[in-house]
Amino acid sequence: MAKLDIERIRLKVYRFDPETDREARIDTHDVPYVDGMTVLDALFHVLEKIDGSLAFRFSCREGICGACAMFINGSYRLACETQVARVLREGHRELHVMPLPHLPVIKDLVVDMTRFWQNYEAIAPWIVTRTADPEKERLQSPAQRKLIDEYVGCILCGSCFSSCPSVWTGREYLGPNAMMKTYRWVVDSRDDAAVERLGRAGNEKGAWRCHTIFNCTEACPKKINQTSAIQGLKRRTVAAMLRGAR
Amino acid sequence: MIYHEVLVVGGGLAGLRAAIEAHDAGCEVAVLSRVHPVRSHSVAAQGGINAALGNHEKAQDDSPERHAFDTIKGSDYLADQDAVEILTSEAPVCIYEMEHWGCPFSRTADGRIAQRPFGGAGYPRTCYAADKTGHALLHTMYEQTLKRRIRVYEEWQVVSLAVEDGRCYGVVALDLRTGALEAVGAGAVIFATGGGGRIYGNSTNNIINTGSGMAVAYMAGVPLKDMEFIQFHPTSLFGNNVLMTEGARGEGGYLRNALGERFMEKYAPQAMELAPRDITARAIQTEINEGRGFPGGYVHLDLTHLGAERIMERLPAIRDIAINFTGVDPIYEPIPIQPGQHYFMGGIDTDSTGATEVAGFYAAGECACVSVHGANRLGGNSLLETIVFGRIAGRHAAGYVKGEGGEAARSGLAKVMARVLGETEKKVLRVLEADGPEDPADLRDELRETMFRTVGLFRDEKTMTAGLEKVHELRERYPRMGLRHRGRRYNLDWARNLELEGMILVAEAIAAGALARRESRGSHFRTDARERDDESFLKHTIARLTGDGPRLEYRPVTITRWEPKARTY
Repeated sequence: MAKLDIERIRLKVYRFDPETDREARIDTHDVPYVDGMTVLDALFHVLEKIDGSLAFRFSCREGICGACAMFINGSYRLACETQVARVLREGHRELHVMPLPHLPVIKDLVVDMTRFWQNYEAIAPWIVTRTADPEKERLQSPAQRKLIDEYVGCILCGSCFSSCPSVWTGREYLGPNAMMKTYRWVVDSRDDAAVERLGRAGNEKGAWRCHTIFNCTEACPKKINQTSAIQGLKRRTVAAMLRGAR
Repeated sequence: MIYHEVLVVGGGLAGLRAAIEAHDAGCEVAVLSRVHPVRSHSVAAQGGINAALGNHEKAQDDSPERHAFDTIKGSDYLADQDAVEILTSEAPVCIYEMEHWGCPFSRTADGRIAQRPFGGAGYPRTCYAADKTGHALLHTMYEQTLKRRIRVYEEWQVVSLAVEDGRCYGVVALDLRTGALEAVGAGAVIFATGGGGRIYGNSTNNIINTGSGMAVAYMAGVPLKDMEFIQFHPTSLFGNNVLMTEGARGEGGYLRNALGERFMEKYAPQAMELAPRDITARAIQTEINEGRGFPGGYVHLDLTHLGAERIMERLPAIRDIAINFTGVDPIYEPIPIQPGQHYFMGGIDTDSTGATEVAGFYAAGECACVSVHGANRLGGNSLLETIVFGRIAGRHAAGYVKGEGGEAARSGLAKVMARVLGETEKKVLRVLEADGPEDPADLRDELRETMFRTVGLFRDEKTMTAGLEKVHELRERYPRMGLRHRGRRYNLDWARNLELEGMILVAEAIAAGALARRESRGSHFRTDARERDDESFLKHTIARLTGDGPRLEYRPVTITRWEPKARTY
């Protein structure tokens, strides 16, 4: 990673405690820069050395647990895998760290994901089979496995949900993640509940609420094309309806 | 007061598996976790999970017995062999169950679960989902808890275990979001709180792995076992110690020093890069210490000969990590790596049912020591331990609640919980109001640096004694710390420094156990006692907390079929 010839980086971070603050504010901190520093490192510096009241989520610090999705310099990113140097290379001169937009703030960068989790649960995101479990594994060819590969990489960080205009405006919409995960089960060769899953998703609360804006796909830190999965759901919903009509 | 028949603390693989089992046994169950379950450290496991399925063409005659032997030899004969036999014989059942639950394992050409070679294993028996196996397993397990509608208390941190007269009554926990301290009574409590990697510097572990569950149990009088055995993973990314899976070597990756040599031929001529982790990590550190590493202190993990296709298919996540954090694309360039603290073989002392010496209190996963890993764990056996012993602990906790435990425990419940809540309230307020001169962030940094340097890959009496003295000093300084923030809601300053005390106490148990064990065994390597000494030390270390720190006792190792032999690879 290229070295940066700077000693400090200016961090502007969103602060809001809905129980005590009438409005949000932006705090500015100049944080000592070290090579390889990530946005999460900068937040920890603030917490440990400057202001112990800062709240944020964290866990794995390697981009796999999904805890630290934030809105950083105008993009959805995981704070832990976002190098300060990369943000600067994009032409920014300071770090702007905001909570995931359009979600209620619990405190500072910690958002309330309740609706995201409820919607995820609402699609019954577990395998449903109609045959007895075999003694060994259910066979699945590498080609069949490949169909779900992109979608099982989801880390449930909430970026897509936060980025989706249909989520902002339609309280009923289950959101891109729930739709993508529905598709993940519909195309899994081992799952037998495609009809029910399409029934749950093929309505105005589901896939048809997606207006193919692609925000979710752009927001996804794991580069999952959720919009394409939702389009797949629409195609299958129509195909199932046509089959039903015959 | 909140009450659950079975309360599981920890939402990783062991905790969720225990919760599912207790639920399916007819108990009312809740999980309490300091993060949302999918953020638990299990999610970061990469390379795989072992089971003698025999799916690989070179593993036709693999068996649970061979898996057991490899595990026992890998443990340097410190594992309890009856427990290892449970681990390896239950392994295929547990893996097939995860597959039936929808886990997206990678597949062989004929559609079976794919398996790859791993260190210290006689056959390719490590099942995998690319290099995101922990993620695949944890998400699948979470789906199953959703299906069962098991309640999860998210972002609650356990502060105390309620124990009286040798019986467990529940926990007292801090609800991070409100800052309220809550008593949670339970018929049985299962700890599945993970390891304590962050007690060490240079750790591969996630930031929340502070050993807090071990510490809470230890402070409630439950002994810890074999704490001196700390695994250092051979290949963590130079600079920030993010894990670079052993699967990279399983897929054929080489280790090279600055001279370009595949130096493992000097240390493990047969197994080469697939020697067990203790041997490989020491080999790397020896190369670095003797001047054959790269400036700054690292060697290369070279995957360039594997080709883009294999790397993209089998190792996509570590490729992303290497690119993100170091700018190195492993397809074209070798990855700079160094050993990093990785795993606690020791933990809360349990038997092979997950039970501790406190009635109604169970433990499973990395926070527990059954012991199946002994002095050195084989790669692919920790994920396996979580689901095998999570399930077993869940079943036994449920049996306890339905049998002798349930009603008897409830009779004194309110009184015990009120007492423990009161004591815990005093303790957490003392921390919240702490306004001394010591900076707790410095204490934590000093602790981590001290442990890696003095009770690390290579150990000796003098250095460890100095390390233990330093830990004592930190213990003295801890009450003189000052917090920066005194609000109760989502106060990370409070929550993190509350558990710093436990980190120090667990560090003390590690260092004391290591000092007392005057031999080298598995991960515990002493330059002033380089040989294994079965005569004196084929035994488990048991540490109990007293007013003056840990009191050590010893307990024999269970040997069933495999007599200790010299360990070569």
